[in-house]
Order: sequence, then structure tokens, then C-alpha cells
Amino acid sequence: MSLLEVSDLRKHFPIRTGVLKRTTGWVYAVDGVSFDVEKGETMGLVGESGGGKSTVGRALLRLTPATGGNVTFEGINVMKASRGEMQKLRSDMQIVFQDPYASLNPRMRVRDIVGEGLVIHDVGTDAERKKRVAELMDIVGLSPEQAERYPHEFSGGQRQRIGIARALALNPKLIILDEPVSALDVSIRAQVLNLLEDLQDEFDLTYVFVSHDLSVVKHISDRVAVMYLGKLVEISDSAVLYDFPQHPYTEALLSAVPIPDPQTERSRKRIMLEGDVPSPADPPKGCVFHPRCPRAQEICTTAMPRHVPTPGADAGERHEVACYFPARFKDGQRFVADEPFRDALPEDQA
Amino acid sequence: MAKWDSVKPERDLYGSNLTETPTVDARRTEEVVEETVETGAKPLGLWADTWRRLKRNKLALVGLGIIIVFLSIGVVETAFYQAHLHIRSSSDTRANSHVAGYLAPYDPNEVNYALSPQGVGSPPSWKHPFGTDFLGRDVLSRVLIATRIAMLVGIIAVAIALTLGLLLGPISGYYGGAIDSVIMRIADIFFAFPYILFVLLIMSVLGQGFQNVFIAIGVLGWASFARIVRGQILSVKSMEYVEAARAQGAGDVRIIFRHVLPNSMAPVYVAVAMAIGGAIVTEAALSYLGIGVQPPESSWGLMIAESVQYLASGNWWWLLFPSLALTTTVFGFISFGNGLRDATDPKLKE
Repeated sequence: MSLLEVSDLRKHFPIRTGVLKRTTGWVYAVDGVSFDVEKGETMGLVGESGGGKSTVGRALLRLTPATGGNVTFEGINVMKASRGEMQKLRSDMQIVFQDPYASLNPRMRVRDIVGEGLVIHDVGTDAERKKRVAELMDIVGLSPEQAERYPHEFSGGQRQRIGIARALALNPKLIILDEPVSALDVSIRAQVLNLLEDLQDEFDLTYVFVSHDLSVVKHISDRVAVMYLGKLVEISDSAVLYDFPQHPYTEALLSAVPIPDPQTERSRKRIMLEGDVPSPADPPKGCVFHPRCPRAQEICTTAMPRHVPTPGADAGERHEVACYFPARFKDGQRFVADEPFRDALPEDQA
Repeated sequence: MAKWDSVKPERDLYGSNLTETPTVDARRTEEVVEETVETGAKPLGLWADTWRRLKRNKLALVGLGIIIVFLSIGVVETAFYQAHLHIRSSSDTRANSHVAGYLAPYDPNEVNYALSPQGVGSPPSWKHPFGTDFLGRDVLSRVLIATRIAMLVGIIAVAIALTLGLLLGPISGYYGGAIDSVIMRIADIFFAFPYILFVLLIMSVLGQGFQNVFIAIGVLGWASFARIVRGQILSVKSMEYVEAARAQGAGDVRIIFRHVLPNSMAPVYVAVAMAIGGAIVTEAALSYLGIGVQPPESSWGLMIAESVQYLASGNWWWLLFPSLALTTTVFGFISFGNGLRDATDPKLKE
């Protein structure tokens, strides 16, 4: 059993218009996302903005109620957890937010921010809580004295450390990292990433790392899931995915990552996707990616390909892709089959 | 005789201090924590920060000064008024009731026809710096005693409005939906009515008398406070730190009182300062119209009303001084309110 199992997670936001606030449509922010996260690993979740990455993160913690699907944490169904169960889950599953300025209450001292979870869950006495806060400050690389200050007296990187200390307070098993370094200076990013990696080793943490920055995700993730328009299109071991991407969207994303070598950078081929991301309120019929896909054929317009494992020596151990024409690799040669990938065909056609 | 061998040099060759113990803090983390917890090192709070920025705004400081001066006058005169009432009711002869105020040089209600030749009062003199009115009453004394009414109206009416607004606004903003719609439509009705007309209506129901002026102005003022609080709560409740609190397991009550309300109040304080100025003007307007404070009670609006009838006789002092008191007070509250808004707005940080 995996630590976290997500199956067919869906989150649809209603579009309400007019005086009567009638629902006139739905935004399919997350539409049928499934993945497992093993204990101790880091699952990267990448995709363009508006792809539903953050919504997945929030739905996992039930910060936003999911429309459908299941999230199971250590065998407990998060979607259906009772009040008491949820309270227990809250201490096991934590989140670090993107914006270190918006995620700390400006009218609370850092010690109250970091220690709030302890108060809510009634952990220890006042003195013990103070000690724990000091310990947490120390763990994230801040001095315990600074706990007496207010958030506005800290820099962005320090604030993010406070956010991490808050997430650690209750000894969680899983932390959702929602773009934790996107708002930071490049120079601070590495520090915070290293801190996160150290903490993972020290406290045996499991991460779900949401980001649009592929280089960062590559650096920190064991496995990576690629999202497009609310759907998961490819998921694999980080090393395999970056070297042998199968889905055309993954290929396009990776081709946009700058390579820190001018010659390689100049000589490589960049895949330019045409058009914009379609509105998630009106997703394309068939494969959601087909209007922008360089490999799209007629079959792609009929139904969304199933999300299936792709066996083979070229694929990662748990490589899954949702594409009729995934790229394959044989003896270092990349090729795309002419025939659609049978496993991905909808059940009635397969 | 000194033992030379026991005398160590105070400084070594390089000027370093040898006699002082090293200042490096060799204590363990916990000791430092305990000390800071006990001494409670006070960093700059948000209020201190606001005050620091307010101090730089000269106009706001002038406003604050005016408020303090008039409030003091109001408080002192209220104390006098109580004593004055007591003397009046306990003495059986009118002559004994002539008591000067603590600040006012004369009894504000003392009629002295000798000071009002031709029944139009007398111009400012050394004995009566603000002149006298048609009954020979000292204008300075009357302006001072009227400060009491102005301050009472400002504070009590706004307190009533604020209480109602702080009750209905948060409910409206936090829970939204139908409750929100109902409360806001009622607020719209209050806004749609011509203000003075509405006050007249309420006064006609409650009857005359200055206590009813408080109630009328207060009841009418709730809508603007409710709207401000509601708007603030709408924006604050979607902040990430509120989500973070929820992720920690915080319940509604904790979120409202610890996170949402404290961060929603700054514009309310500004509105309070402004509203006090507004309430004072409204009271003056009502008294001018003859439905507010009743003679022989003194109020700036009432004095202006009385004086206008005699303006043709050229007794400008009688109009000028109450008007000056009124505008100065209102100016004080409004410029202080403006300064407070600038000081609490984080976007205006230098």
C-alpha cells in the first residue's frame, strides 16, 4: 500500500452567472487524476499555469472539496474522513504555500504562527510548545529569538522557512509543497531546496512537489507527473522522464527548459506549441492536447486516451502515459509508431 | 605597595581587551530561549509600525492634536456639567445657579441683558473674548459646553453604528450566500434614502432630545461599516494564511477571530475617525433644523442657527466661533483618519 493513493480525482468549479447565480457551466480544473506516492519519495507535479496542479494539492488536503474521486492516506479515505479522523489527518498532511508574503498572518508573531498547530491539536504545555517552536526555528535555520518577531520583519526566503517550520510542527508524514520556491530569488531558491531535501532525509518525509519549473522538479523529484488541462498525461521516474519523454506535451515542455551550455542550447531543436492552452471550461473533445499536438491524428479527436503503463526497456519502472502515439526508444533511437498504441484506446475500441 | 606581578595589562599589543570576559554566548539554545521568553523582547509590532509612519505625517498629527484638545474639553465640561446640574437642582434660587465651567469663564446659560444692548449681543471684548449673544450669554462658554454634545454625538453615535456594522458585516462576508444578499440589500436601502430625511423620520418616531439624535445617527451609520467589514473579510478569507490555518486544523471560530477579523480592521479604524467627524456635522445640521439639541442646551449647530437670524445686525462673532469650532473638530477627525489610512496601507510603504 502506498502512503498516498489518488484515484480519479476530479475538481470542477461551477461558473455562475446572472443575478440568480445559476450554474451555466463548469471549469474542469482537475479531471480524473490518478497517482500513487510511496513513503519517503518526492512526487513532482508539473504543468503550465492553469493546468490544475495547485488544485490537486489543495484537494489532497481537502482544503477545497473535490467533486469526485478518492484520496487515500495510509488507508484512510481523506474525502470521507469524519471530523475526528480529519483532525488526525491534518497533523499528518501539511502544506507549504507559494507566496511567503500571503501565507503568514501579518498580525501574529512567528512563534504563534509556527505554534498554532500545537495549540489547535492541544500538544504539550505552554513551556513545551515554546521549546518545540524554538526547536523548529533551529531546524529550518532561523534563530529561536526571531520567533518573537512579526513576519514583515523577515525576507522572502526567511518567511518561506517559517512556512516550512509551521508545516513541520506537528511531525507530518506528507507535505504538499505548492510552488515553494517560485516566489523566491534564484539565489535563495537553492538554499530552500537544500533545506527541504535535508528535512526529508532527517524526518523521513514524503513530498508532493507542485511546480511549473522543470529544472527544480528534476532536481528534487524521484518521480514526476505531467499535467495538462486538468489531466495527467505522463508519469514516470524523474530520470527516465527527462531523458525519454513519451508524451508530446512532455517533449514540448522539456524542450523549453534552458540548458546551461550555449552550444547545446543553440543546436537543439525546440518544439514550439501552437496556440494557447484551451479554456478548462470548454476542453477539446477527444485528447485534450490534440489541437496543439504535432502528432495528432484523427483518432485523437474521438476520445481521451487511457492512462496506461507503457512497458519496455526504454520506459521507467512505473512509466505511464496517456497518448495514442507515444514516442518510443529502441537502441537509443527515438521513433513514433504509425499505429495507435492499443492499450491507450478506450475500452470499447480496444 | 602594588604587587606589579599581579597587575595584568588591560589591553594586549593589538588593542584587544584582555580583562573583559569573552562576549560570545556559550549558552545552549534552550537557555537563550528561556531567557527571551522571560524578558519578552519587544520587536516592532504592526501598531508600532503604523504609529512610526503616522508620526511622519504632519497633517495627521495636527488632526490628532485637535482631537485630543476637543476631547479633553468635552471630558472636562462633562464633569462640570454633572456638578452644575447638581447645584442647579439643589439650590432654590436662580441666582445661585450661576456657576462658571471648569474651562468656561461664565455659566453658559447665564442670561444677562446688560451684555446685550438692543438685544443683539455685544462684540468680542477682553471680558468676553468671543462676544455675547442676544441674551447676553457668553459665546466662549457656550462653545466650550457645546463641545460636550459634539464629542458625545461623535462617540456614541459611531459606537452604535460600529456595533451594528461589526455584527452584521462579518456574518455577511464570512458566510456569504443568502444571508449576505439579505444584509447587503438592507444596507442598500439605508444608502438609497436621503440621509437627513431618514434621520428626520427616525427623530419623528423617537421624539426630540439629544439622546435620540445619537440613536438616529448611529442606526443610520451601520450600513457603511458593515460594507467595509464585509469587503475586507471577503478579501482576507481567501488569503493563503487562512488556508494555512485550515490546513493546521483550525475551526471557523479560530479562523474568524485569530486570522480574518484582526486583518480586516485597519480600514474600519479609518472609517471610525471619518464617521465621528460626519456624525458631529449631522448633529449640527439637525440642531440647525431645530430637531436636534433643544435650547437652552447649547450645541454648535444650535448656536449657528440662532446666530443666523441676527446676522443682518452684523454680529459675526456669534456665527464665527461655533462654526470655527465645528470645522476645526471635523477637520481634525478627517485629517487624522486620512493619515491613519496612509499609515495602515502597506502598499504605501516607503
